[in-house]
Amino acid sequence: MGVPRPAGEFDTTYAYDMATIRRNWQWWLLIAFIVSLYALPFYASQSIVSLVNRIAITVIAIQGLNLLTGYTGQISLGQAAFMTTGGYISALLVNLAGWHFLAALPAAALGAGIVGLLFGLPSLRVKGFYLTMSTLAAQFIIPWFTRNIFPDILNGAQGVNVRVPFMFGIEFNSPQKYIYLSLTALVLTTIAAHNISRSRLGRAFIAIRDHDLAAELLGMNLFKYKLQAFFLAAVYAGIAGALAAHNIRHLNSETFNLNNSVMYLGMLVIGGLGSNLGPFFGAFVVEMLIEFATLFGPFFITLFPATAAGAVQALKPLFFGVTLMLFLIFEPRGLAHRWQLLKTAWRLRPFSH
Amino acid sequence: MNWQLLPQFVVTGLLAGGPLALTALGLVLIFKSTYIFNFAQGQLLLLGALFTWWFAVEAGFPLWLSIVLALVFSALLGFGIERFALRPMTGQPLLSIVLMTLGLSQALHGLALLFFGGAQRNFPQIFSAANPYKVTTPFIYNDNPIVIILKQNLVWSFVIAILGVLVIGAFFRYTHAGLAMRGASEDHELAQSIGLRIHRIFGVSWALAGVVATLGGVLLATSSGLDLSLSVVVLAAFPVVLLGGLESIPGTIVGGLLIGLSQGLVSASSLSMIRNTSEIMPYVVLLIVLLIRPEGLFGQKRIERI
Repeated sequence: MGVPRPAGEFDTTYAYDMATIRRNWQWWLLIAFIVSLYALPFYASQSIVSLVNRIAITVIAIQGLNLLTGYTGQISLGQAAFMTTGGYISALLVNLAGWHFLAALPAAALGAGIVGLLFGLPSLRVKGFYLTMSTLAAQFIIPWFTRNIFPDILNGAQGVNVRVPFMFGIEFNSPQKYIYLSLTALVLTTIAAHNISRSRLGRAFIAIRDHDLAAELLGMNLFKYKLQAFFLAAVYAGIAGALAAHNIRHLNSETFNLNNSVMYLGMLVIGGLGSNLGPFFGAFVVEMLIEFATLFGPFFITLFPATAAGAVQALKPLFFGVTLMLFLIFEPRGLAHRWQLLKTAWRLRPFSH
Repeated sequence: MNWQLLPQFVVTGLLAGGPLALTALGLVLIFKSTYIFNFAQGQLLLLGALFTWWFAVEAGFPLWLSIVLALVFSALLGFGIERFALRPMTGQPLLSIVLMTLGLSQALHGLALLFFGGAQRNFPQIFSAANPYKVTTPFIYNDNPIVIILKQNLVWSFVIAILGVLVIGAFFRYTHAGLAMRGASEDHELAQSIGLRIHRIFGVSWALAGVVATLGGVLLATSSGLDLSLSVVVLAAFPVVLLGGLESIPGTIVGGLLIGLSQGLVSASSLSMIRNTSEIMPYVVLLIVLLIRPEGLFGQKRIERI
């Protein structure tokens, strides 16, 4: 949408007009990309596989945040709390009730969604910054519950060990196997997010983001749509949280903390708010930055002896924070916007417009 | 309810509200003049305490001089933040500004860790830890009057914090610069059109916020020690600001005392389940405030027009 096309190229059918992927070669490229990701365990080292696995799960969480923050314009600092909710629900269902993972995952998504609805309720009265505060409250209250209710089941602050999913005769106990789960979930959530964003619901979200009072005057039920956005964001968080919990096999109230919520928001901005490519770019770039910090940590120790072993821990927030600030100042629309500009320039080559 | 300990917990809770109010004041200062809610205030507080620690312990200056130097440094830091991080964001939507201060908090956290390390440090004691004050209350429990034990550092932190809030409040009310800041907060464009240099006013607000944060950081560090988790205190000050009202300086005192009191009251409970709620009590209060009176006790209610 919105990318100028060279003169002489017209949409001749409605299907062509609405198509997400317009050319055959683009289909082939996309399929080749997905296949190369699925085949990753056969040619890449374990560390790369587990990195891609982690990025895939993070992207799911950010896609949810994108629906709420990028499309609907409601800033949420509670995404990690909803991931905690989803993680705990799935962990308990699989561990104690012995549910199949494929049944526990939707249950976790739904449970997280309902909790998300609860914390979206203040949107009836407040908006903007005040709503951010109520999501921040979720970020404190939900982990507190996991620490303090049912100590014999939830183990308080220690948290629970999460079982490895066992399906189709395969035990998903290493990143090389788990990546199939994450990537499949990611493909499905991406299709869902893309179709939500271009449906009636997505257009309503955008209208609310662009001017909520005007949207209300047009007869839209603001409260309903905001709650739907909260629900969807929390559902995505629930899926991501459950996937992450079964991946790291341990979960406590600090596994997904306020810092993660801030990181997700930052990744979304770096990638591009309100763009379906944004979560991919953002998660990838920030994870690369963190890898970079890990790589250069030892070098920095020689420069700053005061930190010694903590250099890596110091560089991660520093790189992330500075990158986020630079993006906000120089490219607030994120990498997705840059990508659009690049594509436009390529299509219209050799003319600039 | 543990009746014997109740007065003790109530008073301790109220005393803890003093530094909370001072921390909240830093947030209100910036919000009042610039409409920015500063999520990086915790890191300013931490850096202020770390500066003081560095001058006093590493460089060996006397304590009063270290505090003064730290105040100067954090004021400069505040100026710098306004100039290089927030000024480019003028006129940007709320989301960008919120994220800017969040990014700033991450970057400052990284810097603090990089230059000072994450170890727990011995902060110089300003008030002696021995000889706590003992106050006999008129309440009788089992035929004995209830005695409240007050640690010196808690009492003096409270007094200094409240004095700080009052001084800043008086500055806003009675000085020319304070008047200019209040004027700027009413309407940025209008203020500019009558010749106020609002960017300088914003800079002064940020510098003041840095000073206030440093004071709070020193007070908190001297009573609870200094490490990187000091910045977490601000998370309890957010609800204070919202309860008191985002633009209200007296609101920070009332809000701080009420939040401290609520924490003290649940701590006095004999049920461990209720006692444990003391850490999230500020946020429970916050949710109640948002649902009942979003503008807070003394805040301004805004009417929106298209």
